[in-house]
Amino acid sequence: MTTPVLSVRDLVVEFPTRHGPLTAISGVSFDLAAGEILGVVGESGAGKSLTGSAIIGLLDPPGRVVSGEIWLQGVRIDQLRGEDMRVLRGRQVGMVFQDPLTSLNPLYTIAQQLIETIRAHLKVSASDARKRAIKLLDDVGIPAASRRIDDYPHQFSGGMRQRVVIALALSAEPALVIADEPTTALDVSVQAQIIEVLKEQCTQRGASIMLITHDMGVIAEAADRVAVMYAGRIAEIGPVKDIIQNALHPYTAGLMGSIPSLTQEENRLVQIPGAMPRLADMPSGCAFHPRCERVFEHCKRHRPELISVGTHEVSCWLYKEAGGEATTP
Amino acid sequence: MNAPDTKPLIQVSQLTREFDVSKPWLNRLLEREPKQFLRAVDNVHFTINKGETLALVGESGSGKSTIAKMLVGLLEPSVGSIVFDGQAMRTDTSADMQALRKRFQMIFQSPYASLNPRWKVGKVIAEPMTMLAVELSARQIQRRVDELLALVGLSAPDADKFPHEFSGGQRQRIAIARALSASPEFIVCDEPTSALDVSVQAQILNLMRDLQDKLGLTYLFISHDLSVVRHMANRIGVLYLGALVEIADSKTLFTHPVHPYTRMLLDAVPDLSMSGRERKRVEGEIPNPINPPAGCTFHPRCPFANSRCKSEVPQLKTYGTGVASCHAVEEGRID
Repeated sequence: MTTPVLSVRDLVVEFPTRHGPLTAISGVSFDLAAGEILGVVGESGAGKSLTGSAIIGLLDPPGRVVSGEIWLQGVRIDQLRGEDMRVLRGRQVGMVFQDPLTSLNPLYTIAQQLIETIRAHLKVSASDARKRAIKLLDDVGIPAASRRIDDYPHQFSGGMRQRVVIALALSAEPALVIADEPTTALDVSVQAQIIEVLKEQCTQRGASIMLITHDMGVIAEAADRVAVMYAGRIAEIGPVKDIIQNALHPYTAGLMGSIPSLTQEENRLVQIPGAMPRLADMPSGCAFHPRCERVFEHCKRHRPELISVGTHEVSCWLYKEAGGEATTP
Repeated sequence: MNAPDTKPLIQVSQLTREFDVSKPWLNRLLEREPKQFLRAVDNVHFTINKGETLALVGESGSGKSTIAKMLVGLLEPSVGSIVFDGQAMRTDTSADMQALRKRFQMIFQSPYASLNPRWKVGKVIAEPMTMLAVELSARQIQRRVDELLALVGLSAPDADKFPHEFSGGQRQRIAIARALSASPEFIVCDEPTSALDVSVQAQILNLMRDLQDKLGLTYLFISHDLSVVRHMANRIGVLYLGALVEIADSKTLFTHPVHPYTRMLLDAVPDLSMSGRERKRVEGEIPNPINPPAGCTFHPRCPFANSRCKSEVPQLKTYGTGVASCHAVEEGRID
């Protein structure tokens, strides 16, 4: 296999507080191959957006990367600061955020914003940049792009604005696009279109996508592989189809069961009791053990690491064969 | 779920609500513009039977929440009527309206906004009992609060805590306890789980169904999420730009959708089972409701639209067990 576009190793993110540091992400590792779409899914507080921000160096202070390594196309980027990081953002990593209205500047036309971004990263003339911008808008499905490029963001609908944001993210031909809840603010009929555009345009340009979302449906639709996060760690990672149809980790299984089905009649949904733990009182051992229905003694004291089971990697003591006292109950 | 009784508890007819979205008077005068109205709900008819769950589903701007507010008397309809068990709903404070108000309640979308942060949970839950003059002594109210907390899966000592001490799911449980406190028959649930994580959503949906079975409640369930709606509802109404385009049994709607918009909406839902079912690409976006398209409001996005659709507003017609408003279906252009 060639070098992965993105490689995250043992990432740890902490927030210092008066009562000592809170570990928001503890030991997250994954690879993203060229052209691959990796879904990162989890509920609020799982650390999925934080992982994305850490990669592009946009953690809100006082949050900081304490240890671990982030490699982008074979170059270590977690120690880049200031200007070096700024050059990388946009040029090599494009970003799409949840709310298209806040990621576009309301005081500038779409043309100004696109051309500025293109010229910041690529050495092209203003007129070439404009041509390029129009082409980009056309690619992401903005009708009459050459006319609409001079409009302001408020003149576009929510779905069209998100298309513009995708065009912006792709404007310097990045190798990686980090999309953080790109469809959450949109209606379901528009959501389907945006996923389609994002997927199609990135595939055409050979860009990889890290797709962060809480919506398993979006993952099923778009991603090749999925990482399920819980309480700052990866609970399970593997090919989308395998995870959705044959979840190994009890949390993933519970999560899948709690989604109402469109095709089957069910009387009760699977419910996971309780809620995600707060950072300040993280349970010992496996963070999921207080909510897990298959918990046994070992889980309460020892933290499981990711181990390979078939096509999945899962961090759960149920799947550790030679685990001493960790026998299946 | 119990087989729903067939006596309609709520009858909604010709329900219409317009909002004045005109510019200020001086601007209108200078720019010579007329007043502008937004028709958020347009001539909607439906009934809800006792013990059943009717769901209204639609995208933003389809008028779901406006209908919810009118049903509980928080907004006055511009045209049309709502009849609750034989009595017309009004927004005034007359004695018969006060008596009627005891019989319905509402659960809101965000449990972060719907609970007063300065009130202890016990007071929040007791408020409908005191406001609606349910004749109970302070001690009886206290006991009822404890019962309600247990009913929604919390414990009696929680009554002395403040809302911020609870997670989102627990707060929604408190909101449900408050809605139940004056023993209503009918509850309007406006997106009750959209602010919650999916594993917590499952807890709340299960709780709401259990309560319906236990207390014989009637729900109007409003959501944009088709899978949630399918799980909760006996019948489903689909709204588009303020108009009801189809109502059908939950099962029928999902297996045999009639209206082209319903079909499109179903095609837009991500395929979680990854069965590779055949789906059409979704086209277009919801038009601006201030200036809706003529004729059938869905015609610019409809693959089956013809000249009649562009000029004539379709009426609801019966198809099988449901109703739908579509010229193409009526003329047999699509099956």
